[in-house]
Amino acid sequence: MIERTLNVSAIKDGTVLDHLPSNKVLLILKLLTLQEDKFITLGINLPSKKNKKKGILKLADRALSTSELNKIAVLAPETTVNTITNYKVTNKKKIMLKKIESNTIKCSNPNCITNKERTLTKFEIIEKEPLRILCHFCEREMQKEEIQFL
Amino acid sequence: MKWKKQHIVSINDFSRDELIHILETAKKLEKLKNSKKQSLLKNKVVATLFFEPSTRTRLSFESAASQLGAKIIGFADPNVSSAKKGESLHDTIKMVEQYADIIVIRHNIEGAARLAAETTKKPVINAGDGANQHPTQTFLDLFTIKKTQKNITNLNVALVGDLKYGRTVHSLAVALSHFNCRLYFISPEILGMPQSICNVLKKKGIKFSIHKKIEEVIDRVDILYMTRIQKERFGDPVEYQRVKDAYILCADHLKNAKSNLKILHPLPRVNEINIDVDNLKYANYFEQAGNGILVRQAVLSLVAGAIK
Repeated sequence: MIERTLNVSAIKDGTVLDHLPSNKVLLILKLLTLQEDKFITLGINLPSKKNKKKGILKLADRALSTSELNKIAVLAPETTVNTITNYKVTNKKKIMLKKIESNTIKCSNPNCITNKERTLTKFEIIEKEPLRILCHFCEREMQKEEIQFL
Repeated sequence: MKWKKQHIVSINDFSRDELIHILETAKKLEKLKNSKKQSLLKNKVVATLFFEPSTRTRLSFESAASQLGAKIIGFADPNVSSAKKGESLHDTIKMVEQYADIIVIRHNIEGAARLAAETTKKPVINAGDGANQHPTQTFLDLFTIKKTQKNITNLNVALVGDLKYGRTVHSLAVALSHFNCRLYFISPEILGMPQSICNVLKKKGIKFSIHKKIEEVIDRVDILYMTRIQKERFGDPVEYQRVKDAYILCADHLKNAKSNLKILHPLPRVNEINIDVDNLKYANYFEQAGNGILVRQAVLSLVAGAIK
């Protein structure tokens, strides 16, 4: 029954983000710049062999930029990215957090210079799992829960 | 590391060898005649930009630079700078780099020194950025430890007081981790060493333990590093009242101390070291402050390219 429901929303071309934590689906959707006339399928709490439950996002006619993939990797490192071409999965890879691009994350320290002056934020990754990052300027360490995107 | 034009922003930017090089340079300068010192920064201009009031650090930097023959420009009060008119730090630094060869900056905002360093090719020396870094304080702490104990490696060092907000103890703990020191953290529970620093130490295999009383470790430590409980860091005055007198070191506490023990303090002190300790052989905090001149001279000479 579930498979049939998913088949209904299969996309011809685009990107499918699979194995998302259900509670992150809406957050990730909010991060992406979406085209108004393209359809999106969103699934939350779907059955999953890996984690019992998962979220899924199907984005028609849409490829994701490195910057978008990096943001998703911060929020949901377990995500699988599928590229769909003519209804077939032509590329499937686990998302990888390589670096934090400058000016994507807000420093959680209110007294950091990046929150006081117009300057780009920069972060270094200390540890990937669980994610811990370091502000290049104020050297404040941040954990995943504190991360806010700009 | 190429020292000429090197920015001095954070203790985390320095390796063990680089730290040792700074200490050795300071030691060389201690032996150098004043007449020779005077020529090291001759014709150089040092700008001291103090966006936050500071007596000791500013005077120490200015005295150090002046003993090396440099001219000093700058301000000690942010209210007289263009920041008051709304000028950005970026623009202030761009302007000052036209006038000075070395820029010393103290700012109440964390990360200001790093931003300044990334704005100019002139060497920037961080003289304290908010609660973050104050690298020359750590250099002088290390220099004092080496001077009093002959070496730094494998010492037992106790850090006492406000370990949560105190930038000096964070930087010192990280710096001592290069020298395999055994660390003892003594603080009220709410002012404990941050987990991020403990993680760095664990990763490097540094042994440390957490204690409530100085008496628990006094018989085994070589360095007792006292700090002030910083009133200005507390949002709740009741919390401050509860812990403000947690550690008042008296001569009586030192009965079982090792004979080589030295007591250090970044100063200013309030009441955490009783004046009856000042005349004991263990007290070294005023000499420590004096060492600030030497290490700042070392740093100024290195970044100016006057010493390699």
